[in-house]
Amino acid sequence: MLETAPRRAGGPRGHDGSRGSGAPARSERRLPDRTLRLGRFGLRLDVRAIVVTLLLAAVALSLGWWNLISGSSAFTAADAVDALLGVADDGTARVILDWRAPRVVFTLLGGAALAVAGAVFQSQTRNPLGSPDIIGFSTGAYTGALVVSLLGVGSTWSTPAGAVVGGLGTGVAVYLLAWRRGASGLRIILVGIGASIFLGSVNSWLLTLMSREDALSAATWGTGSVNDITWAHVAPLLAALALLLPTMLVHGTDMTLMEMGDDAAQGLGVRLERVRLIQFLCGIVLVSVVTAGAGPIAFVALVAPQLALRLTRAAAVQLIPAALMGAALLVGADLLARSALLPVQLPVGVITLCVGGVYLVWLLVGAGRSGGRGRSR
Amino acid sequence: MTAPLPAAPARTAPLRRALGARRAVVLVAGVLILLGLLVAGLFVGSGDISAARTVDVLARAPQLLGADAQDRTTTEVILVERRLPRTLLAVVVGAALGISGALMQALTRNPLADPGLLGVNAGAYTAVVFGSATLGLTIGGAHVWLAMGGALVTAVLVHVVGSSGTAGRGGGGPARLVLTGVAVGAVLSGVSHGVTLVMPEVFDRVRFWSSGSLQGRTFDDLSAVAPFILVGLLVALSLPRALNALALGDDAAVALGSRPGTVRLVGLLAITLLCGAATAVAGPMSFIGLIVPHALRMLIGPDHRWLLRMSVLAAPILMLGADLLGRVATASELPTGVVTAALGAPVLIALTRRRTVRSL
Repeated sequence: MLETAPRRAGGPRGHDGSRGSGAPARSERRLPDRTLRLGRFGLRLDVRAIVVTLLLAAVALSLGWWNLISGSSAFTAADAVDALLGVADDGTARVILDWRAPRVVFTLLGGAALAVAGAVFQSQTRNPLGSPDIIGFSTGAYTGALVVSLLGVGSTWSTPAGAVVGGLGTGVAVYLLAWRRGASGLRIILVGIGASIFLGSVNSWLLTLMSREDALSAATWGTGSVNDITWAHVAPLLAALALLLPTMLVHGTDMTLMEMGDDAAQGLGVRLERVRLIQFLCGIVLVSVVTAGAGPIAFVALVAPQLALRLTRAAAVQLIPAALMGAALLVGADLLARSALLPVQLPVGVITLCVGGVYLVWLLVGAGRSGGRGRSR
Repeated sequence: MTAPLPAAPARTAPLRRALGARRAVVLVAGVLILLGLLVAGLFVGSGDISAARTVDVLARAPQLLGADAQDRTTTEVILVERRLPRTLLAVVVGAALGISGALMQALTRNPLADPGLLGVNAGAYTAVVFGSATLGLTIGGAHVWLAMGGALVTAVLVHVVGSSGTAGRGGGGPARLVLTGVAVGAVLSGVSHGVTLVMPEVFDRVRFWSSGSLQGRTFDDLSAVAPFILVGLLVALSLPRALNALALGDDAAVALGSRPGTVRLVGLLAITLLCGAATAVAGPMSFIGLIVPHALRMLIGPDHRWLLRMSVLAAPILMLGADLLGRVATASELPTGVVTAALGAPVLIALTRRRTVRSL
């Protein structure tokens, strides 16, 4: 991975005792960094990060492939290849191309989008809990989408639009309310929690306005479900990722610098509020688009960047490993959700919630053991 | 603002007299407002019933409650079976949540503590949903024990996880406890949400209960939880001196002859009874326990002897007000929990914005 930030002494301290044998030993065990040199320019290659990234990509893709061919009607790999090449019979092609492929693509892209957004928020709030699930943006996006469908104008494009408006509105409101000569990370989280509770309450009220059937389907969606994903849901997500991911990557370096503290970053020439605003906006739009398609999928944004961080043993949250970890997580969770309680298809959000919840409590217990919230990421 | 300081003994007499006068004013005003809201709670609502008719029916309420269902008119049923228990429940549930908020803020020495915010109510709710799913219990009645179990387990869990590391340098702190509470609460309500999705009949049963509501509650619901809340209130009201000592810190409390461990245990018992019973009948509600103690502290100072007693008076005012607002704000009813969240979220945000919170 491209890393320009000075490495902080010690690197991240693991929260579990098994790995936490002290910082110096950790750096000895690291694979050596290589530097590519081209005249005046140098590019430091973190070999471990690259290996982890490639492995995560492989895991995500193979889980996706498994999702494509397994299920109530199982296919061989050859069938799937035929369908993708357009030479399979109609039935096979319909199941694979129209039903399963959009779902697989959506979980891959959606997981990546959520994880990138989570990485940005965690980095900016300098707190592992500063993810969009906790601070209310997905709740706000859900509110927006619910309002649109209550107004009876829900469609594949107006629902995502409503979700984006809801998510952005929540984001802007939280950011402004947390503003007091700059927006501090902890204040954003607490204000976000307030907004989240408020909106959650509004959401359950909106559900009571619907008929039982509508409410049940909206509630399924409200847990985060990819059961009804079609290509029409994939398109907005793909567009958002193609547009926003490069923007976020460009500002990734500034983001890493900002983790050293606002003053240090400012001293190095980072325009704090501008970077913060851009990253926040991009993150919120990504979360909203995923939420519009699949509802608020809990905790992928929270967990994926942190797991990637631990696997790469990097000093700062990095976007690309986080994205691939998110993709792998969501595809894996979907596989579990589809097959755990056959014939019932659980919403994928229930799985991510359970996995993420256990992780969250472990995170909090670990943070307590290692002396409070010493490492604020 | 880690803890409200008890009134210093060195305070001069005029100041103390001024505070005493203030408390008297707040007490009288509180009683008047509560009475006004009680009347409003009985007279306002759907059904288009005239005031004279309401008075007439309510005067005969004891006989009507004993009468057979067939002998009563719709108006009588609405007033006696709906509005009356609902209004009384608002008082009981409000008092329970308000005083447990004051208790939690004192016990954790955390100004952001609230049974909703710290996930205790979500724990009670989850326990009831699981009970409903596995044992087929209906809402209202025997599940109050389940709710209290859920509240107890969650309160202990959140407190242990959220205040671990407090002893260390820079650890713990209000934000951490709130984060733990919110995280645990999110997981719990998510899991119970998952259960309701797999079992649609459970979903239908808890749908109108899950956002915190007093709609459609009857005297049976009231009598199922009232004893628990009454005991909880009495236990809580026995604690104020100990809480005042605890506000000085554990060491000072021990020096003053108080036993912090025992106080915490008794407080936990009260919180379990109050939050469990309140959630069992009204669903998970947030923020009553956050708003009321803060408002009272501004009005009458931080002495827990007054704070706890006045919570019993002030929290029902807020609850009744929220319930009334929910009834008249829109054409279809807003659940009370939605209204309290709408009122409470700004308070949380305002508290967060205060300079002192960062060092909480």
